Amino acid sequence: MNKPLKLERTEAIDLYSMMLLIRRFEEATERLYQRGLVRGFLHTYIGEEAIAVGAIPNLRDDDYIIGHYRDHGHALARGIDPNIAMAELCGKSTGSSGGKGGSMHLFDVEKHFMGGHAIVGGQFPLAIGMALGLKMRNAQDSVVMCFFGDGAVQEGEFHETMNLASLWKLPVVFMLENNLYGMGTEVNRSNAAGQNIYSTAESYQIPAVQIDGMDLIQVRETVTEGISKVREGNGPVFIECMAYRFHGHSMADPSNYRDNSEVEEHRTRDPIDSFRSTCLENGLITDKDISNINEEIDSKIQAAIEFAEQSPAPSDASLYTNVYAAPETD
Amino acid sequence: MAEMTLRDAMTKALKEALDTDERCFLMGEDIGAYGGPYAVTRGLLEEYGEERIRDTPISEAAFVGAGTGAAMVGMRPIVEVMTINFSLVAIDQIVNHAAKLSYMSDGQISVPLIIRTVTGGGGQLAATHSQSFENWYASVPGLRVVVPATPYDALGLFRSARKNNNPVIFAEHSLLYRVRGEIPDEYFEVPIGKARVIRPGDDVTIVSYSGMVRVAEDAATKLAEKNISTEVIDLRSLSPLDLDTVVQSVRKTNRVVVVEETWKTGGFSGTIASDIQESAFDDLDGPVIRINGPDVPAPYARNIEQAMIPSSDAVVEAVTYNFGL
Repeated sequence: MNKPLKLERTEAIDLYSMMLLIRRFEEATERLYQRGLVRGFLHTYIGEEAIAVGAIPNLRDDDYIIGHYRDHGHALARGIDPNIAMAELCGKSTGSSGGKGGSMHLFDVEKHFMGGHAIVGGQFPLAIGMALGLKMRNAQDSVVMCFFGDGAVQEGEFHETMNLASLWKLPVVFMLENNLYGMGTEVNRSNAAGQNIYSTAESYQIPAVQIDGMDLIQVRETVTEGISKVREGNGPVFIECMAYRFHGHSMADPSNYRDNSEVEEHRTRDPIDSFRSTCLENGLITDKDISNINEEIDSKIQAAIEFAEQSPAPSDASLYTNVYAAPETD
Repeated sequence: MAEMTLRDAMTKALKEALDTDERCFLMGEDIGAYGGPYAVTRGLLEEYGEERIRDTPISEAAFVGAGTGAAMVGMRPIVEVMTINFSLVAIDQIVNHAAKLSYMSDGQISVPLIIRTVTGGGGQLAATHSQSFENWYASVPGLRVVVPATPYDALGLFRSARKNNNPVIFAEHSLLYRVRGEIPDEYFEVPIGKARVIRPGDDVTIVSYSGMVRVAEDAATKLAEKNISTEVIDLRSLSPLDLDTVVQSVRKTNRVVVVEETWKTGGFSGTIASDIQESAFDDLDGPVIRINGPDVPAPYARNIEQAMIPSSDAVVEAVTYNFGL
């Protein structure tokens, strides 16, 4: 904490606000789930906010993001309207996918947020394809940022993708969110590299690092550097962010596979608390800012809940729309 | 008018795509330096370069999914999966991703991707290399499935597939590459979703597609010798399925046989038969007959492999036996 922070006050406020928005959004989704307004699988990002918020704001508008089913944090960090995201979770016609996607499949293509993909590892080939497309379109030096968890690393699609991304020098920033568990299976019980998955990427000749994913500033600095490396055209980089999810895998998970003491220990490293302390210590944010931000976020979340609750369900006819692109033919 | 093989028609189709649309590129195993496992892409690497004729590793899930990804950002990729058997290694990308993105994003994303692949048996390649899965893909909403039987249709359907904004499985039967046919000099397209009556008749309808069209035509010729007039329909695509053309024919002939190369259990002929009886039950003089390969893996030895593939004699026998003609 003695290192001077390379952060402006406004940046600090924005980053803190975004982490808090994600935290409060997720807490709200859990309440709505308990009330039966959100159904299906609900995977919250609580505890991992520093990764999305440390990484995504460093991208440009012309860059792309793709990720996995624990996607609310990524979508919000990219600027999806919380109302629209909450409406999607509640299965409403005003949701980002008109109520057809749900929690695991958020999309905001205008903002280049390309999903929310719920087959573990399925987003990898899509990510390199997007990167290939961008490269072939000579779209300046745009990059694709691909999020995935430690559970996805054992999938064949991961290894095929690492090889091809490296072989074709595709502009991808691979963001591993290693939260130590693939559902209920601890990473050391499913990956031969255990808690050093970045070494697997190195075996594909991809520059890789491991960082503390609960430290927003470390994520931000590493990702900034990674993005510039990728923009130079030398192929992908791989950033393993060590993290921890404070809640279960999904709402259906009572977390029997881990001790409460373990959870509590990780909670002492809460990424939002530590970023707040750092900012306060460095005089970037004041207590007054904190309470203003709290209020602002609470009202945003309240508005999102009201918007979602008051929005109509999808029309019967919408069941049949967009199965195929409209128009089907150019 | 020029006569060409189905292989040459496909090469022509690919060159047209590359010549007229800069968003278009080809990707697949051994399509470049090797010249294409079925020689469809021979010479293209030299003409268009390795950026647009991309040899991939043997890594079907990665390059099929990469095709989808490239389509998501505005390209129009044409991916070649060496045979439809290998598409199973990429089926997650095809079924769970390419087919779903339009619906799950409620139209925010479209996937204009063509997956060319080689289907069918009869080449003594045994159980893992002789299958036909186009019926599986046709059961998946979000995919289009095209199954040409002639050089004309291959070119015309491919031109339509290129304009389609959805993932299209374009299944070319391995034994049809050498089939010759007339290709007009002037530009034409064959719309996806329109079956073709390739031989008009009054007594019985045979519905078929891909490699089985020849079997249906042979059967019709043999039936003609018995004074049985046969209408033969080539579906040309399984998704969309042109049920109207089939039902119209059945209303006239009152008898119908559906011939399909793949296994009977779960075969698309079952869907077609069911659709026919729902739409034209009162027009039928007898049951809808399905002729499929038996439910066994494809063997290697020539005689038993041939016994597995529906033959024109089997069709003739089915018609005369079941309909008392």
